[in-house]
Amino acid sequence: MALPKAKEDALAARLAALPAVEGKGWLAAARSEALARLSAMGLPGRRDEYWRYTDPASLNAPEAPVARRFDASDEAAPFDGIDRVRLVFVDGVFDAAASDDPALAGVTIERLAEAGRRDIHWAQGLYGVLEARGQTPVARPFAALNTGFASDGVLIHVTGRAAKPVSLVYVHEAETSDAILHHCVKLDPGAELTLLENGPAAARFSKVLEVEVAEGARFHHIRLQGRDHERRAVTHIFARLGAGAEFRSFTLTANGRLTRNEAVVELAGAEARAHVAGAAVGDGDFHHDDTVFITHAAEACESRQVFKKVLMNGAVGVFQGKILVKPGAQKTDGYQISQSLLLDEDSQFLAKPELEIYADDVKCSHGSTSGAIDETALFYLQSRGVPRRTAQALLVLAFLAEAIDEVADETIAEDIRARLERWLARHGSRG
Amino acid sequence: MLEIKNLHVKLEEEDKVILRGVDLKIGPGEVHAIMGPNGSGKSTLSYVLSGRDGYEVTEGSATLDGQELLEMEPEERAAAGLFLAFQYPVEIPGVGNMTFLRTAVNAQRKARGEEELSAGDFLKIVREKAKTLKIDAEMLKRPVNVGFSGGEKKRNEILQMAMLEPRMCILDETDSGLDVDAMKLVSDGVNALRDGKRSFLVITHYQRLLDHIKPDVVHIMAGGRIVRTGGPDLALEVEQNGYADILNEVG
Repeated sequence: MALPKAKEDALAARLAALPAVEGKGWLAAARSEALARLSAMGLPGRRDEYWRYTDPASLNAPEAPVARRFDASDEAAPFDGIDRVRLVFVDGVFDAAASDDPALAGVTIERLAEAGRRDIHWAQGLYGVLEARGQTPVARPFAALNTGFASDGVLIHVTGRAAKPVSLVYVHEAETSDAILHHCVKLDPGAELTLLENGPAAARFSKVLEVEVAEGARFHHIRLQGRDHERRAVTHIFARLGAGAEFRSFTLTANGRLTRNEAVVELAGAEARAHVAGAAVGDGDFHHDDTVFITHAAEACESRQVFKKVLMNGAVGVFQGKILVKPGAQKTDGYQISQSLLLDEDSQFLAKPELEIYADDVKCSHGSTSGAIDETALFYLQSRGVPRRTAQALLVLAFLAEAIDEVADETIAEDIRARLERWLARHGSRG
Repeated sequence: MLEIKNLHVKLEEEDKVILRGVDLKIGPGEVHAIMGPNGSGKSTLSYVLSGRDGYEVTEGSATLDGQELLEMEPEERAAAGLFLAFQYPVEIPGVGNMTFLRTAVNAQRKARGEEELSAGDFLKIVREKAKTLKIDAEMLKRPVNVGFSGGEKKRNEILQMAMLEPRMCILDETDSGLDVDAMKLVSDGVNALRDGKRSFLVITHYQRLLDHIKPDVVHIMAGGRIVRTGGPDLALEVEQNGYADILNEVG
């Protein structure tokens, strides 16, 4: 079907502004297939069902809107004390000098551009493949754009139990940087990896992460999106899980003018488990959108979506979460909760929880709420001598607890709590 | 200790006057009881003293050892030594009881310029006090009051009181929702805190709590005023004859 003229023009303008990507062979083929997908769907507009709550204009614009850097040196960089393999990207370009030696037992790490020059590579079966699968039934144009134009990224092949986490550090330098990164992670049966990501990355950041988790493999992902107030980001995680595999992803978002985090997870093997969680805190010019699609395609799988947002001074939170239970996916256990705490009347939370179930022996629950801080609880704490601001912080952290509990590593969870406490102290909720 | 003078209070949201000139003076170590029918203003008095939102003081004062309470934030009143045991203790999901107690104790110590208790010292003290109130380790770990029975909630209030060591304790219908055994346990907890200096204001509908917590002075409240004051016998009189006689008498 041909695109309407306006959509065609918008796409042409967007594509014209993108730098040409070099290469031939399998990577070039994957890119041109992605471009064909994108050309068929066009860029999103407010009328598209999954863009009603989030305006894609600044993501559609040919040039990245200016975003000043933010000095976050008042606190230690995330994951500072953790022994990890650091891979640094500055404005979306790999910085070898700032990175660790990527040698890690049980893990092979390569740059996308280098792997793309090879005739045959395992990533052929993954790069753009899960993204393409994830385009139905909901179109995800920015993911296709990413696959077509990502010039950098890492390919991680995990054959055993990784001795330490791989940590992707995203540095934002230029005020108009427009970064596109695409990573693939392939975990062989029984393999284990923790992937850490942190940093604002760029003025405008597009990222796709494709993860294949084979039978009995475990993938843990923890991401802190950086404190830049003006940055914009559109990210996608596409994951496919084999039998008995485990996938856990947690994202902390504090600040950011626009963030759209999509997670598309397919539970393809029996007894696989997928947990996707996020905690987001925003003050003022902050728009945060979690869009999640979990497909139960096999029996006895478990999925959990836990998303919590704290919003003040006009901040906006969006949650669009779906559980699809395919025919035959009996004994499915699906759980979804999305909640927001609105600290004033100017802030807004928009939620669209969806369940679509084609099996009869399933357990699925979902809940979505938004509310103010509990004044009675606040008074109770104050009456015991706890200052109002401390009491508020305590209640806000209690509200976020269920999401943070999804972080399995207690040291990291504690660090995240401390960061949130400091954020709350800096932004001092009203009242 | 606590001195309330001519206290007039109305609801902030509507034009409804609840307290119409309350006068009350409680000396160090004294136990006073306030009894009265529903709607007489007993609970409002406790809320106004502890600083809950929604009430407007139109006249009068309330001082604790000469310090004006009504101008302080609720947490400042607590640090000054005031404690309210709630009629309906509040559930706080996500905040562990132990964290709550420690945050409160240390916030008060800090406000008074004292050193915060170490985790070890705190644990030792809380375990000891919890034991006498038959509060087990499990209850200390659970979120504040979440899933607690009525009796557990009230015992938890007394535990907070024991940990915070206030000078002036207000007990708002602490007997409501308690069976005989629980009432005995709670009363024993309160009596253990009577040391000749700490003062208590016990608000109750019924005389039975006063069998356990023996008051020095009993007040009858009606229509937003204290209409009669007497000794422990006054509570017995109410128990036998109800409030009607007294209310008729004072008009």
